[in-house]
Amino acid sequence: MAQPLTEGISHYLAGRARWHPLEIAFWLVALASIFVLPNKHLILTEIAILALFALSLDLILGYAGIISLGHAAYFGFGGYVAGLLAKHNIIAEPVLALLASGLAALILGFVTSFLVLRGSDLTRLMVTLGVSLVLREIANQVDWLTGGADGLQGVTMSPILGMFAFDIAGHVAYVYCLIVLFLLFLLARRMVNSPFGLSLLSVKGNPLRASAIGISVNGRLVAIYTVSAGFAGIAGALLTQTTQFCSLDVFSLERSADVLLALVIGGTGYLYGGIVGSVLFKLMQDYLANLTPQYWQFWIGLVLVIIVLVGRERMANWSAPVRALLSRVGPRAGRSVETARPSPADGP
Amino acid sequence: MLTILFDGIAYGMLLFVLACGLAVTLGLMNFVNLAHGSFAMAGGYITLILVNRNGVPFFAALPLAFVATAALGALFERTLYVHVYAKPHLDQVLFTIGLVFMSVAAVDYVMGSQQQYIQLPSMLQGQINLFGLNVGKYRLLIIVICGLLTIALQFILASTRFGSRLRAAVDDPRVASGLGIHVKGVFAVTFAVGSGLAGLGGALGAEILGLDPTFPLKFLIYFLIVVTVGGTSSITGPFLASLLLGIGDVAGKYYVPKFGAFVIYTIMIVVLIWRPQGLFARSAAR
Repeated sequence: MAQPLTEGISHYLAGRARWHPLEIAFWLVALASIFVLPNKHLILTEIAILALFALSLDLILGYAGIISLGHAAYFGFGGYVAGLLAKHNIIAEPVLALLASGLAALILGFVTSFLVLRGSDLTRLMVTLGVSLVLREIANQVDWLTGGADGLQGVTMSPILGMFAFDIAGHVAYVYCLIVLFLLFLLARRMVNSPFGLSLLSVKGNPLRASAIGISVNGRLVAIYTVSAGFAGIAGALLTQTTQFCSLDVFSLERSADVLLALVIGGTGYLYGGIVGSVLFKLMQDYLANLTPQYWQFWIGLVLVIIVLVGRERMANWSAPVRALLSRVGPRAGRSVETARPSPADGP
Repeated sequence: MLTILFDGIAYGMLLFVLACGLAVTLGLMNFVNLAHGSFAMAGGYITLILVNRNGVPFFAALPLAFVATAALGALFERTLYVHVYAKPHLDQVLFTIGLVFMSVAAVDYVMGSQQQYIQLPSMLQGQINLFGLNVGKYRLLIIVICGLLTIALQFILASTRFGSRLRAAVDDPRVASGLGIHVKGVFAVTFAVGSGLAGLGGALGAEILGLDPTFPLKFLIYFLIVVTVGGTSSITGPFLASLLLGIGDVAGKYYVPKFGAFVIYTIMIVVLIWRPQGLFARSAAR
């Protein structure tokens, strides 16, 4: 009896992990953007960084159900670590520095994850917000190291891998960010399609039942929170490396809220949500900021309110018709994608 | 030393008036209202306009600020908030953060981004000698007003019909509505009063806390600390938490100015590790 069951399970997991034609098309479009839109690379770089940040938030929000209002803590921490490494020439090579920054944020995420385990949604909101505020305050106080309110200046980047120097038009920066985003996306995709990812969904669905079937709830939450913090740290490090500057602004509540908005626009719980949402969010922000430089936040707020009033699920399912069409065109994979979709309700 | 204690108490009382509406609405509807600070800011700006531009006496402006903010709260509750109660916490957070962003930008647009000051009557300025202790008159006024409000709130909660309905609804909304209590109505009134109190707090606090468009964001964490540390099941919890926070913050900023901001966060993290449900929460949590 056991043999067919395990076979069935591995078949199911393989079906979940299969690449859908739409996904391949998505990354081809991303690849094409390098050549088709060469004069838009600066904003595309921002989009890629935000997308990575949103991806990291999706890991904890969409897959583990942790609401965070302070994810910028890890973003900013990674950013400052990357800036300091480059400024003091400790690790001059950007890719190594990126990994080091990610590792630093990962450790911070691990340490702080134990605070997030406790309490209700509200407690989590406050603790995550508190962590980002504490870090902001620390960065403000140790101005001999971080430059305080003036920001970290004098960051100069060495060429990537010793070969590709950052240029003023941002071409190298964009390709660099896109590659990092793609690699980390692959890692995240592998992770959420593994049994580990499934167990996270069960924890999100019902922690009590999950622990009853032998899943260590706290262990899973710590693990995913730690990984997510590492991703966010790498996103922050990318921002510092591409802008060669880092300020207290990286820890701000607005940043945490922006990434939450980007993720929600795209839809939580399917990895592409963060990326699609980031594209839409940045384009909207760019348009609004051109329209009303000072008051664009009002319109962002309005969008948030409307999203909630219209219904997040309905908004997130805007791509459903397209996917349904493609699942008919594509091979059998379409069906497994449909069955693999987590239930949209993430309430209690 | 005593002056610090005094200032801390004034600060804490102010925080209580600002945050108690949030505590009650949170406990009652399990609704996360991050936009609570926006109502406080509205109260502050209403007073500012009344006093500075229209010459309304300060003491007359305070009740007006209360009424106006309460009306604003009732309006928002009936038109917008009512759609969001049944939604998951994430939606509530997004919704109220959106409102905060809108209010910040709107106030910035109408009033400008600079710090604003309400002109206080001359009788409230300066210091007064009280039992051999020099205390600011204005802070004394805050303590008196907030103290009276606290007593009044406690009385309403403990001894009136509305208060017992409210407590019943907080304890178990389903059973309460089964007993014929109109929970939604109770909630609407509570929300309006809570917003009004926040507005009054914002008006009183403009002098001490400062008033500029980023007010709701700056003090969001304080409100949340009061609510989570104090628990949402009674009014005593948030009150004691506010005092603790106020005294801790003022003392921290005075004795260790370099680490002043860390004191309250440390208090918060220690409390949450020690008692995740809040310092004064009853064990019977929902």
